[in-house]
Amino acid sequence: MILSGADIVIEVLLEQECDVIFGYPGAQVIDIYDSLYKYKDKIKHVLGAHEQGAAHAADGYARTTGKVGVVLSTSGPGATNLVTAIATAHLDSVPLVAICGNVATDKIGTDSFQEIDITGITLPITKHNFFVNDISELAQTLREAFRLAMSGRRGPVLVDIPKDVQTALCEYTKAEKITQDEAFAAKDMRIKEAAECINRAKRPYIYFGGGIIAADAQNEMLKLAEKIDAPLGCSLMGISAIATNEPRFLGMQGMHGHYASTMAMHNADCIISLGVRFNNRATCDGENFAKNADVIHIDVDGSELCKNVPTDYGLRGDLKLTLEKLLSYTDKSEKPLWQKQIESFKQDEYYYNDKRDTLTPRSAILMLNDYLDENTAVATDVGQHQMWSAQNLVFRKNRRFLSSGGLGTMGYGLGAAIGAYFGTNERSVLVTGDGSFGMCLNELATAVNYDTDIVILIMNNGALGMVRQWQTMFFDRRYSSTVIDRKTDFTALAKAFGADGERVERIDELKQAFDRAFSFKGVYVIDCVIDKDELVLPMLPPNGTSGDIIVKVGD
Amino acid sequence: MNRYTVAVLVNNQFGVLNRVTSMFRRRRFNISALTVSETESSAYSRITVVFDGDEANKQQLINQLYKLADVCSISELDELNSISCELLLIKMQNDADTRGEISAAAQAFDAKTVDYSKDSIMLELTGTSQRIDDFINLMRDYTILEICRTGSVSLEKGSTTIRKVTNL
Repeated sequence: MILSGADIVIEVLLEQECDVIFGYPGAQVIDIYDSLYKYKDKIKHVLGAHEQGAAHAADGYARTTGKVGVVLSTSGPGATNLVTAIATAHLDSVPLVAICGNVATDKIGTDSFQEIDITGITLPITKHNFFVNDISELAQTLREAFRLAMSGRRGPVLVDIPKDVQTALCEYTKAEKITQDEAFAAKDMRIKEAAECINRAKRPYIYFGGGIIAADAQNEMLKLAEKIDAPLGCSLMGISAIATNEPRFLGMQGMHGHYASTMAMHNADCIISLGVRFNNRATCDGENFAKNADVIHIDVDGSELCKNVPTDYGLRGDLKLTLEKLLSYTDKSEKPLWQKQIESFKQDEYYYNDKRDTLTPRSAILMLNDYLDENTAVATDVGQHQMWSAQNLVFRKNRRFLSSGGLGTMGYGLGAAIGAYFGTNERSVLVTGDGSFGMCLNELATAVNYDTDIVILIMNNGALGMVRQWQTMFFDRRYSSTVIDRKTDFTALAKAFGADGERVERIDELKQAFDRAFSFKGVYVIDCVIDKDELVLPMLPPNGTSGDIIVKVGD
Repeated sequence: MNRYTVAVLVNNQFGVLNRVTSMFRRRRFNISALTVSETESSAYSRITVVFDGDEANKQQLINQLYKLADVCSISELDELNSISCELLLIKMQNDADTRGEISAAAQAFDAKTVDYSKDSIMLELTGTSQRIDDFINLMRDYTILEICRTGSVSLEKGSTTIRKVTNL
């Protein structure tokens, strides 16, 4: 059938089984919005307050569902507003398709109104991007965008569609949903070599990241851990891949990782790294990282092997398929001595844990755990609250922890929580700080207007706490621009947006607030007062190794 | 530090060179020469990259190239398995004192005179980068007015072609 470019965009989205998209209209996408009006029974459009928030929502939708998130924006400022969100998705390997309008092809290159070279701007922060020159290429280009976003290591793809391509007419034939490129296991010989290394190991340790979630390989990984009697720890991106209360799981490691997982890795003689990329926040001192251990690294992206840390066994391949084979080549063994050592690390960690029963960052998050059900997604922003959440939240289902791990985007969380609401069809939670929340709180309007149920916990310390913590520890308490002490009344603000909320200063008040928030129909903001001198501990100093772990200030 | 040559077959699409060089820039690869041209098929272009680094840099560069959607295949070329050459145009000052020596040097290197005027001589030379460096160094004894040289182009010896290298 003959369709306009704008109709073809929607038809291809439907082909790809996309039923909800996020976006913001403008002059250069007015035709696509006109088509959305026509197709409104088949595809839901969620209007953000700002393109960045809409794109974070598409990201949150993608992370919770494992499907491609789609965001639509106009040209110029609409497109540039996507940049932070696209970069966020890129660094965390989130499948996202961003569709932008642009001025008509005959105006391109003339600096016309709201014209911007968005394919140029997003080149380093997308897996790939396209400028659609001709309507005859439109449908195939969009399908290709979906294929690229979902194949191999996932990531964002941008498609820039000039206005005249949206209005032109073209023959359109419906196609099947695109299939992602076939996954393959690492080379058999390499897997055998790695298996031999594992079989020799006396103190193996499994370190996993977001790749395990993307490959849906958590069961294979747990079977391996069981078979070789190894403990597991993860990067920030690996959180929620396996249940937090899994007995072998020691928690997140890295700059603010758990004591037990950090020490387990430090003492391991074989580190089996799965779908991680050894980011400098995870390894701190990359050059001296795990110097005494054999490092096995399995990743779907070959460029991650030997990029940040030298590895002894680099295996490129799909984690699920590779782990299945690895399992069959490894010997079952028990390692009581190693387990005993792990147990003592856990006891040390328990000793170091903050056990105050007043309102502290840790007691607040532990209390929040009581209100989460298996399906609840928790988004965070970036800073101290993010680390407190990563350390203390309890998950039972994967794809339920949403956090900007790679880019560290303050302002990510509210959009992500909205996306998670649409992804799970259930109440989602945002844990944020007063600094981060201030960045993109305009999306409260979106959350309220779409009748979402979201509980927002603001850990309000009147400071940009993480930077302030560094100033405390490494800059002799010179608090340059980090004590913000704004006069914002978050309860009044919530009400002004049509949400509800309250302020709490004590632990018993927090409990009552949670009781109200989790039975409230709608968006509920809890402004929770936290002392600005609270620190995120333990901490590995930048460029430090596991031996330099700080568990208490004054150490 | 070693010098490596890598040939990259890419889709002949608008902006591909930008994608490749942007990756080199943002990951700070030390590129010393780069050439691009169409190939036997108009669907592909061929990029020859000469860069300095160590073995890990080389592997990383190849891995990062493979991540670009427009890269079809890559082949590593070295002196043993390939033929490389470069083209030089060099414009020398023409005066009675040096004319004879320049001509003798050109003859020895098999450089061709492609332009001649009262004040200048332009020579054309093809050969390996080393041979071209040698010739330029020789010419430095006289007055060089201008130099333009291409980067290296390389093809593997024998019947193997880059298109047979699979993208893995």
